[in-house]
Amino acid sequence: MPLLRVSALHKYYGDHHILKGIDLTVEQGQVVAIIGRSGSGKSTLLRTLNGLESINDGVIEVDGQYLDAARADLRTLRQTVGMVFQQFNLFPHLSVGENVMLAPQVVKKASRQQALKLAQQVLEKVGLAEKFDAFPDRLSGGQQQRVAIARALAMSPKVLLCDEITSALDPELVNEVLAVVRQLAADGMTLVMVTHEMRFAREVGDKLVFMHQGKVHESGDPKVLFAQPQTVELAQFIGMQQ
Amino acid sequence: MDFTLWDIVRNLITGLQWTLALSLVAFAGGAAVGLLVMVMRISDHGLPRNLARTWIDLFQGTPLLMQLFLVFFGGALLGHDISPWAAAAIALTLFTSAYLAEIWRGCVEAIPRGQWEASATLALNRYEQLRHVVLPQALRIAIAPTVGFSVQVVKGTAVTSIIGFTELTKTGGMIANATFEPFLVYGLVALGYFLLCYPLSLSARYLERRLHAAA
Repeated sequence: MPLLRVSALHKYYGDHHILKGIDLTVEQGQVVAIIGRSGSGKSTLLRTLNGLESINDGVIEVDGQYLDAARADLRTLRQTVGMVFQQFNLFPHLSVGENVMLAPQVVKKASRQQALKLAQQVLEKVGLAEKFDAFPDRLSGGQQQRVAIARALAMSPKVLLCDEITSALDPELVNEVLAVVRQLAADGMTLVMVTHEMRFAREVGDKLVFMHQGKVHESGDPKVLFAQPQTVELAQFIGMQQ
Repeated sequence: MDFTLWDIVRNLITGLQWTLALSLVAFAGGAAVGLLVMVMRISDHGLPRNLARTWIDLFQGTPLLMQLFLVFFGGALLGHDISPWAAAAIALTLFTSAYLAEIWRGCVEAIPRGQWEASATLALNRYEQLRHVVLPQALRIAIAPTVGFSVQVVKGTAVTSIIGFTELTKTGGMIANATFEPFLVYGLVALGYFLLCYPLSLSARYLERRLHAAA
């Protein structure tokens, strides 16, 4: 049984039909890379998966929880699905450690001691244990994004959504973030990422999803698709990126 | 009967203390009610949002003096004689709450959307988002305009003299009638308000500069 299944998903912004019947499955431990032009609906699709965007029709099923246009237990869902954003969105009034400890304490009612230990563990994982007491504005973009990843990991999600997490970074900082993601993938974390890093998608991805005009235009093994795109649109898109 | 300058000043200081007390009560009450109204104003649900908007429109769209009359005479009409002190405190609290709710709403809305989204993604509910993520950041930018508005509250207490609450202005009026020296007395009354308000204005300006420099 797939960990995440999207069936016949539709989303409108007013009259604008953004997602036109998306079907998608993600297996436990899979790394799924979603690519496509801006406006193809890839970020919107990602944001529906944890209820940041409501949906108009269809079903999203994550680890046995259902979400459709009428009902959604977002509090439970969001403890299963973590997310990292393009703009990091760290809490600027809290230190790095407090950023990570907040949700475990508030949502999962962890004690301060438990949260502290957990925060040290996940910060260790992203290589920033020594920045525990620093404030976000003292960190580089790459470090901030790694803290954001640690903050998401502290809730022990089953799936981690990554929304163009390297797009706001200076080129020399991209690799330190991708290295962390690569390690997560190697550790078996299920990842769904909207990305412009084609090489990363090809090397680390288990599945490539090409979105075009609100639909999944093509999907499959990234190594195969990059070598032999089946549609003109994907061929053009890959050509454009290289 | 002769009044020395000290007699005048001494009585005015008593009035000033009531002005100060009323200002503090109105500000504290207005802040508590205003916080509630602000939270309702930014709610996801239509009902609390519309209630809050009506509240704000009502108390911003009518003169403070009318609000005061309505509380004072309305209370009497309903069979509860309200003391001038209570009427003044209630009316100023309502007035203050409407303005503080709007000022604070602006501060909350100045916090980037990403902060709401990141905290939502971490499974915080709306109350927890406000409590732990949004309000602590909004508070920083709210301090200067809030202190600035407190000046309006202090000056607003002057209208309560009309219903016979003996704060600074009312005391001044009585002394002016007795001494036939309205210019001197009202000059001192104005000085009294200035001594309360000017430090507030100064600190609002200072806080604004300091928080801008830090940001």
